[in-house]
Amino acid sequence: MMLHDGSNMSLARRAWSIRKLALRMAEVQGQGYIGQALGVADVLAVSYFHALTYRPEDPAWEGRDRFYLSIGHYAIALYSAMIEAGILPEDELGTYGMDDSRMPMSGMAAYTPGMEITGGSLGHGLGIAVGAALGLKRKKNPAFVYNLMSDGELGEGSTWEAVMSARAHALDNLICVVDFNDQQADGPTTQALAQGDEAPKWAAFGWHAQEVDGNDMDALVAAFDTARTLTDPRPRVIICRTRMCKGVPFLEDREITHFVRVDPSEWARALAHLDANVPD
Amino acid sequence: MPDAPIGAHSRRKPKSTPRTLPTSDSGARLTTSAMIASLDAEGRQTVAAPFGHALCELAKTRQDIVGLTADLSKYTDLHVFAKQYPDRFYQMGMAEQVMISAAAGLAREGFTPFATTYAVFASRRAYDFICMAIAEENLPVKIVCALPGLTTGYGPSHQATEDIAILRGMPNLTIVDPCCATEITQATHAIANHPGPVYMRLLRGQVPDVLGDYGYTFQLGKAQVIHGGSDVLFISTGFMTMRALDAARALKADGTDCAVLHVPTIKPLDTDTIRTEAAKTGRLVVTLENHSITGGLGEAVAADLMRAGIHPTFHSIALPDEFLDAGALPTLHDQYGLSVNSITTRVKSWL
Repeated sequence: MMLHDGSNMSLARRAWSIRKLALRMAEVQGQGYIGQALGVADVLAVSYFHALTYRPEDPAWEGRDRFYLSIGHYAIALYSAMIEAGILPEDELGTYGMDDSRMPMSGMAAYTPGMEITGGSLGHGLGIAVGAALGLKRKKNPAFVYNLMSDGELGEGSTWEAVMSARAHALDNLICVVDFNDQQADGPTTQALAQGDEAPKWAAFGWHAQEVDGNDMDALVAAFDTARTLTDPRPRVIICRTRMCKGVPFLEDREITHFVRVDPSEWARALAHLDANVPD
Repeated sequence: MPDAPIGAHSRRKPKSTPRTLPTSDSGARLTTSAMIASLDAEGRQTVAAPFGHALCELAKTRQDIVGLTADLSKYTDLHVFAKQYPDRFYQMGMAEQVMISAAAGLAREGFTPFATTYAVFASRRAYDFICMAIAEENLPVKIVCALPGLTTGYGPSHQATEDIAILRGMPNLTIVDPCCATEITQATHAIANHPGPVYMRLLRGQVPDVLGDYGYTFQLGKAQVIHGGSDVLFISTGFMTMRALDAARALKADGTDCAVLHVPTIKPLDTDTIRTEAAKTGRLVVTLENHSITGGLGEAVAADLMRAGIHPTFHSIALPDEFLDAGALPTLHDQYGLSVNSITTRVKSWL
């Protein structure tokens, strides 16, 4: 594993930093997918500071693990993780969503170093990851392909084409991470389409499936370790049950929606809460 | 005003009259035998599976070439490649969306994927995936699709009469509609060398050879005059260039001199050549395409000539903006105006 600076900073502290960076970015625009960013921060901390192999100074390094952001609107969260990882400079944070920024509101490969794919048309990432995993095997490159997707994307038929394809090709170098916060644009995901029992469903398709509390750092570390070290010719999925707005209690308690409303004065309040609660 | 009753819409209804088989003295009975082959040979010399063989030839020196199909390798001639290079062939199952996405993923990792299916499925079902997973990043995926336009009698489920209209609006995508076996062979090499995404319409099976007789060499993005003529300028693409050449021959016998400008690359359109030819005075300009009148070559040429201030007398031969009938191809080509007889009749009426 290649931690970017050999730091022994805790994963909890990394997640805390990612949350702070995301709040500062959202404050610039006065809006943003902050509920998702706060919720997925722990998953990204484990990804970028425990699981992934990469070189911050060379985001296109051939030996890197590929990390695909299928959910383009989570870009604010990934920019934060990549700033924390040293892939993106912190002083560009203020350009988020602005004209000519390298950090557009929805993640695109042609804009941002380290942003592997253009996400946002939901249901695309896993299929592209299938092709990349096939390609890595052809090249005998041992890197993993991670695909971070949302529960909403489980409603796209293309996701299930990719699920079946990954198993048919025995893609043991593919790790799908599902951020399951049960919230899509119009309401709870599980009320819009019958999702069934999530982990058994993936297992029935022949995947190695784990379901964890996506805001429990130890559980996440164990799940990512299992997915990476398993010797089993199956693709792996980690279903991460996350809580939107995690880490900022007054936002967690707010009525949760896809686009969480934050009043102008509340950004400072949210940041103050984090500053008063620095993890070890 | 009362609400319209539910069910009052005007959907197409099943045909109500029972049909009888033709009697034995009614002549040859046309069947749907031409459904699987993309095009009947029409007495010409043919080449078997030109795309599949061209891809194998390419793959000899290009390790980056891989093939994918969505359960249609046999019907897109990719089975030739699959047999020769089994470890470079990916059967993606009946799942066009993941086939296109996976092709994008393979291209991201440095490969040059050729992905095959029928034109209807690529253009209608996989559009968003071609657009966002491939074209937006200008990835070198080659989408090669059989049954373009009216090359099957199966009816609208298989007839890609509007694939070019669907795909022409997609930035970065190059669109090729080759005429014959020679051109398919050459175009396969040319699109492999092109750094961006390509959609190529495919004639498969026993494919007529036409342009080899004219000393023609395919150039991506180039329209070429196959032969000159002083009365009419045919601007044609795909196998309609074969029909245009045949129509020109028939009209020559009647004293009408027709030029044929072949436009295998629909996008980007070779507007320089088209404008130069169309600007030559005194010729009737007729576009010919195996595609809907809406959104294909005819409209592209007309719009460009209008923009360029070139105003010849102009007509288009194309499929109607309708869901077409099922049946036998020769019947349907007559019915919808793609046959040589239909072309010559209309050209005479326009002169």
